[in-house]
Amino acid sequence: MVWAVFSILSFLCIGSVVAMILSRNQAHNALFLVLSFSSLGGLFGLLDAPFAAAVQVLVYAGAIMVLFLFAIMMFNLRVELPARVKRARLALTAGLGTVLLAELFLAGRKLVLGSPGAAPAAGGDTAQLGHFLFSDYLYAFEITSLLILAALVGALALAGKREGS
Amino acid sequence: MIPAAAFFILAAVLFVLGVLAFFVKKDLLTQFMAVEVMLNAANLAFLALAKSLGKAEGQVIVLFVITVAAAEAVIGLAIIVLVFRQRKTIQTDDLKDLKG
Amino acid sequence: MAELFWLIPLIPGASALGLVLFGPRLSRKWVAWQACSAVFLSFLLSAAAFVHLARLPPGAPGLTKTLLSWISSGSFASPIAFAFDHLAAVMALVVTGVGLLIHVYSTAYMAGDRSYARYFAHLNLFTFFMLVLVMASDLVLMFVGWEGVGLCSYLLIGFWFERPAAAKAGMKAFVVNRVGDAAFIIGILFVLTNIGSSSFASINEAAGNGLLRHGLATLVAILFFVGATGKSAQIPLYVWLPDAMEGPTPVSALIHAATMVTAGVYMVCRLSGLYAASIPASTVVAWIGAATAIFAATMALVQNDIKKVLAYSTISQIGYMFIGCGVGAYAAGMFHLVTHAFFKSLLFLAAGSVIHALAGEQDMRRMGGLKKHLPVTFPVFLIGALAISGVPFLSGFFSKDAILTSAFAGGHYLLYGLGLLGAIMTAFYMFRLVYLTFYGEERMIPKAGHHIHESPRAMTIPLVFLAAFSILAGYVGLPVFFGGKADLFGRFMEGSVKTVTHHLAVSTEGLLVVLATAASLLGIALAFVFYRRTPILPSRLASRFPGVYRLLVGKYFIDEVYDAVVVRPLVRGAEKVYERFDLKVIDGALHGSAAAAGLAGKGLNFLQSGLVRDYALAFLIGAIIFLGFLLL
Repeated sequence: MVWAVFSILSFLCIGSVVAMILSRNQAHNALFLVLSFSSLGGLFGLLDAPFAAAVQVLVYAGAIMVLFLFAIMMFNLRVELPARVKRARLALTAGLGTVLLAELFLAGRKLVLGSPGAAPAAGGDTAQLGHFLFSDYLYAFEITSLLILAALVGALALAGKREGS
Repeated sequence: MIPAAAFFILAAVLFVLGVLAFFVKKDLLTQFMAVEVMLNAANLAFLALAKSLGKAEGQVIVLFVITVAAAEAVIGLAIIVLVFRQRKTIQTDDLKDLKG
Repeated sequence: MAELFWLIPLIPGASALGLVLFGPRLSRKWVAWQACSAVFLSFLLSAAAFVHLARLPPGAPGLTKTLLSWISSGSFASPIAFAFDHLAAVMALVVTGVGLLIHVYSTAYMAGDRSYARYFAHLNLFTFFMLVLVMASDLVLMFVGWEGVGLCSYLLIGFWFERPAAAKAGMKAFVVNRVGDAAFIIGILFVLTNIGSSSFASINEAAGNGLLRHGLATLVAILFFVGATGKSAQIPLYVWLPDAMEGPTPVSALIHAATMVTAGVYMVCRLSGLYAASIPASTVVAWIGAATAIFAATMALVQNDIKKVLAYSTISQIGYMFIGCGVGAYAAGMFHLVTHAFFKSLLFLAAGSVIHALAGEQDMRRMGGLKKHLPVTFPVFLIGALAISGVPFLSGFFSKDAILTSAFAGGHYLLYGLGLLGAIMTAFYMFRLVYLTFYGEERMIPKAGHHIHESPRAMTIPLVFLAAFSILAGYVGLPVFFGGKADLFGRFMEGSVKTVTHHLAVSTEGLLVVLATAASLLGIALAFVFYRRTPILPSRLASRFPGVYRLLVGKYFIDEVYDAVVVRPLVRGAEKVYERFDLKVIDGALHGSAAAAGLAGKGLNFLQSGLVRDYALAFLIGAIIFLGFLLL
């Protein structure tokens, strides 16, 4: 049963990314990614990380991608894409991608084979996570909030409308 | 239960797909989106690791990654908007000021 | 006072340095006083040291002083050390004494020249180097002096360097000397590797003790002698000396008559132990000397330039000195060196006086009848001519006789015969010069002859001194039959040079003296016949033997032969090397590396495409490689 959910979710995830690659319309791309990130949120849930799943859907799928869509729509960033990708470039990228994949598999082998598979997530619940955030990682937490503030101000400074323009 | 291996494989494939997307696409915006995909693949790997090692730190990292990705997306989009305003294009190939 | 002998070279050296640095800013009077005083001080010190040495018992070592340790490498050391023994004393007195007189003479001769300070700077510098050469206690330091006087010779020959002939003559002197110096250096190297020390004491000792294998001693001795043929203008490296007459006449007197050209003779005497140990080498020395003596004398017979006659005469007389050294009579060779210094520099300076009087005329065909116009120059010139011709009771007679007697006594009858023949020729060409210049009708061109005047006192007084020495200097080397006073010179020199003595019966010696006198008188008489009684005779003889005459006038075409055989091939070779190597290889490497840099730049240009995706690709490849390294 879990496997079915997993398969569906992963298929959705991968599929939408592939579709994003194939599609030539930015708005479509963004929407496909929304789908991908949402299914990813589901996968997070399968990994006994409910809080992460929630944040993923809320922030990534719900905020970031929506922001992308806003940008596309409001600034008319929709442009027609020109001719197809050159064959050679495609081949090169595909080749390099394969190599990278192989390397990642190799790298992950030790982790993958050595893991007991499904150990009970000791401290996988949200309370434990909160505890961590506000004790061991408090510093990082506060800095991150500053970071968001900085991003906010930065965005305004960069692209905000000037007075009277 | 689903073995962590499956998730790792998924994360790896997702990452490579993101790389491919970055190189195949020609407009700045979509390439940026590809970067987000890569980030997510990393998140997945982190969580899978957290699950298989039984530590909660993985989730903490994921949280931070998501937050930072958000901030980065904001700024990145702001820059893209600026570029578009000035150059009237977001075709990466047209932005060749570094040439030479 | 004698302990200060080590200052002898240094005082003129300091003066030279001062003149080089500040000369142009000093007044002429100051320059003259400084230059002359420096040499005068050296002369006083030399005299003091000489007296000190003379008072020492015979066989006592001379004065030595080490100034500083110069080369010290492993077991070889060559310190800057001066040694003042009998041999050095004689040379130092000659250099400083005659040098002083010539310095004084120059103050008047060069009075009108615009490079007054430079002249005296060079002259003092020469004195410095010559004294270093003479007072060095080892070969290496001597070689420093050797090279130094060569340098000064170049500077002084080409003193009027705006004249192309003078510049070329200077170069010729330097280059020809260089050839000799190369042999000299090789000789030094052989000595160093075989004896381990370059000090004269050790070399002479090693040769004497048979430490030097016989063949090695000969090789080294001959190598050094080749250097001497360059410096002392013997066959085959004499060709620079006639050309050197382009320099000012006092320079010709000092450097190319009295001092520098005698350095070779000095060197052979210094290494008398070495030459005595090697009969083949000594034979070479004697025969080259004899051959040069005759060879040069033949060329002097037909020269028309007054200075050139004296130049060839110098070459010839040095040949005599080498005959003396070659037969083992080193003291006799040195004796002739001393007397020759006096009368040859006298002759040169007097010739300078004549040239000065005739406003630069040097061709004897355009002189004549100057006897009545030059009341001081003429008598002194005559004294010099008589001295060099070996007329009895003048110095030249005694010194030449000493050499020839030694040759005869050693059984070298052929050498003696050649020497005698040379003596006849010497007397002949000298008196030819005298008759053409001072007697007969006046053949001057108007420009030269309109204001004939005797030279100023600064020029004539040194002449008088030199004339006096030319007469008196002989009496320190009287032949044996004068009894107790005999050979003071030789006995003085015993402390320093190994002299091979042979004894002849008094009657034989007397016979030789008579023969020598006869030879010189014959020469003078022949000159009288040719140039006074029947002046038509020379040209008639020349037309009867045109080939011989042309050969002599053309200096046996040796210069042309050297040019064709040595100089042109070398120049052509150098040009070839320039084309093939310098231009192609060295410049090629230079341009090539520049081109390579450019190509590299252009080649790598493609990396800077400005496209983000290319940079991203680079990232990716880098990441892949990095991961690969981590995994493997």
